[in-house]
Amino acid sequence: MGVFYELANPERFERIAKPLQPALTAIAVLLGGAGLYYALFNSPADYQQGDTVRIMYVHVPAAWMALFCYSVMAFSSAAGFIWKHPLADVSAKVTAPIGAVFTALALFTGSLWGKPMWGAWWAWDARLTSVLILFFLYLGYIAIWESIDDKARAARLAAIVAIVGFVNIPIIKFSVDWWNSLHQPASVFRDGGPTIDGSMLRPLFLMGAAYMIGFGAMLIAAIRNELMARRLQRLSEVAGRKASTVNVE
Amino acid sequence: MSEPKEFSTGLTVRDVAVARGGRTILEGASFDLAPGAALFVKGANGSGKTTLLRALAGLAPIETGEAHLTPEGSSPAARRAAIVYCGHANAVKAAVSGRANLAFWATLYGAPKDRTEAAIEAFDLAAFVDAPAGALSQGQRRRLALSRLILSAKPLWLLDEPSAAIDAASAARLSAVIAAHRARGGAVMVATHDGMEIDGARTLTVHARAA
Amino acid sequence: MNGFLAIISRDVALGFKAGGGTVQTALFFALTALVFAIAVGPDTALLSRIAAPTLWAAALLSALVSLDRIFQADFEDGSLDVIVETADLLEGRVLAKAIAHWIAACLPLILATPVLALLLSLPAQGYWPLVLSLLVGTPALSFIGAISAAVTLSLRRAGVLIAILTAPLYAPALIFGVAAANAGASGAPNFIPSLLFLGAGTLFSMILAPLAGAAAIRFNMS
Repeated sequence: MGVFYELANPERFERIAKPLQPALTAIAVLLGGAGLYYALFNSPADYQQGDTVRIMYVHVPAAWMALFCYSVMAFSSAAGFIWKHPLADVSAKVTAPIGAVFTALALFTGSLWGKPMWGAWWAWDARLTSVLILFFLYLGYIAIWESIDDKARAARLAAIVAIVGFVNIPIIKFSVDWWNSLHQPASVFRDGGPTIDGSMLRPLFLMGAAYMIGFGAMLIAAIRNELMARRLQRLSEVAGRKASTVNVE
Repeated sequence: MSEPKEFSTGLTVRDVAVARGGRTILEGASFDLAPGAALFVKGANGSGKTTLLRALAGLAPIETGEAHLTPEGSSPAARRAAIVYCGHANAVKAAVSGRANLAFWATLYGAPKDRTEAAIEAFDLAAFVDAPAGALSQGQRRRLALSRLILSAKPLWLLDEPSAAIDAASAARLSAVIAAHRARGGAVMVATHDGMEIDGARTLTVHARAA
Repeated sequence: MNGFLAIISRDVALGFKAGGGTVQTALFFALTALVFAIAVGPDTALLSRIAAPTLWAAALLSALVSLDRIFQADFEDGSLDVIVETADLLEGRVLAKAIAHWIAACLPLILATPVLALLLSLPAQGYWPLVLSLLVGTPALSFIGAISAAVTLSLRRAGVLIAILTAPLYAPALIFGVAAANAGASGAPNFIPSLLFLGAGTLFSMILAPLAGAAAIRFNMS
């Protein structure tokens, strides 16, 4: 916990984050490059799906990140809620758009993958449906921040939305899986299908690591950006008006 | 020979600051409100009077400083239990009668039936209390809202512009109700613009500061 | 009578008054069903197949559009101050408000359901399962909706935002509700399981809503 406490101070955060951001970006680009190389040129085509399977290396890590970002958002929200620390609120706020983009990427690539597999751009596959609902949860969270001017209040209320969403995600997931099993037979995406070969795992994990570290770099950049925006806003407010004072006769 | 007073609760406020919209709007409020005392709160619109009253009443957070009841209690919940706040908004539901509004408040405040009658008497509501509240004039609704003071039977009254929209006779009635409350050991804080008068009231002036 | 019951009976009474929303919500429910029927066309066989899902979706939409009434009016007219000031436990007040919403907004829809089911050619054996699934599942709509209503209570025109926040969380209730209604009508074995899942969701939301709703009200009153 000591590390987090150290980081919690915005100035100290800035000191650590400033060099960290380009370093993480570089690592993410290298890992992503290597991952893409293996994914596109140095891994086998699937015996059923052919080269289409290569979408997996972009799609699956994006789906992981979609859920991971929501968890980061919910835990940051809980931390901001309990310790009332502004950096936790900022982290929750800026994670949302990043998570929404990963979610959109997962949906988009899932749809691209679905076209040759199902013959349609969309199928009400259990996973796609869950991810679609997750996407709307992200949009609702972002909408709350957009609608409330008072940042402190917005942080608390958005935290409630994030936490309520988070505790509901397993229920939604369970219900959608259940619903899907009522309506259609096992789909291509179902687990326990053909086991993945080691040569496919390598690019998959490289891409996963690239996404994860890339997320770290984006998160740091977004937090720095938000802190800067808030500092500017505070400056303009201080120039605006001072608090009233009181005296009693 | 004075009888023991019904109320003996006061409020001590030390260096309180309150915020609105995430920004400290008023700071450095320090004063004592003893049992039986009255305090006007005066100041320009937007200077933070309402926010201060709501924070003291336990309906909004106090940023820094402390407000504690005498002899004891300082949590927002303790203050909510001892303080009744009457704001700009009347909390009157227009779709039902004045009496139905009174009955709802009486249940929330745990007021027995005779206290409802006392409230009707105190603010002279009898003539219109059975009419739909939507048909009442602004002044009549205000009096209906103020009758919550009696229903609550709490020692500390925090009033925000109580005499707005009421005529001179009703204002005099309000003054009499406040005087009776103070005679029983109750204390009042009144934010006001107009020339309402209360005997022996001190004044807390809020100075808005331009940068 | 204590504060809990006083809030329920007042909110329900206000709901049934002119302009209180109960009648509008029920009308909205009927019109949604009508819109579906017109869109589908007079194909009785098709209608009878989609009658239960349509009525569940209509109930969900009707709940969504009525949610902003739970707290917003009381916030604007100052009643919420009195409710908070006199609350020993704000969570209890939120629960009372949500229950009142269910009685004033959802229960009338359930009572109207058999008539609309008739118009949508629901098979006779489908009536009880549908009504039962709505009885068990719609309280979850009120409870979860109360959280969104509490979060947005200080915003003007929060209606669409409430719908955006709430609709994704309604998915499980919709899924198990429709599953129960369909299974009950066809005699499928998952009637009881889906009804139990639905009930579990309702109980869970009944615990979650007061906690989250009361927290949201406290932050909104600051």
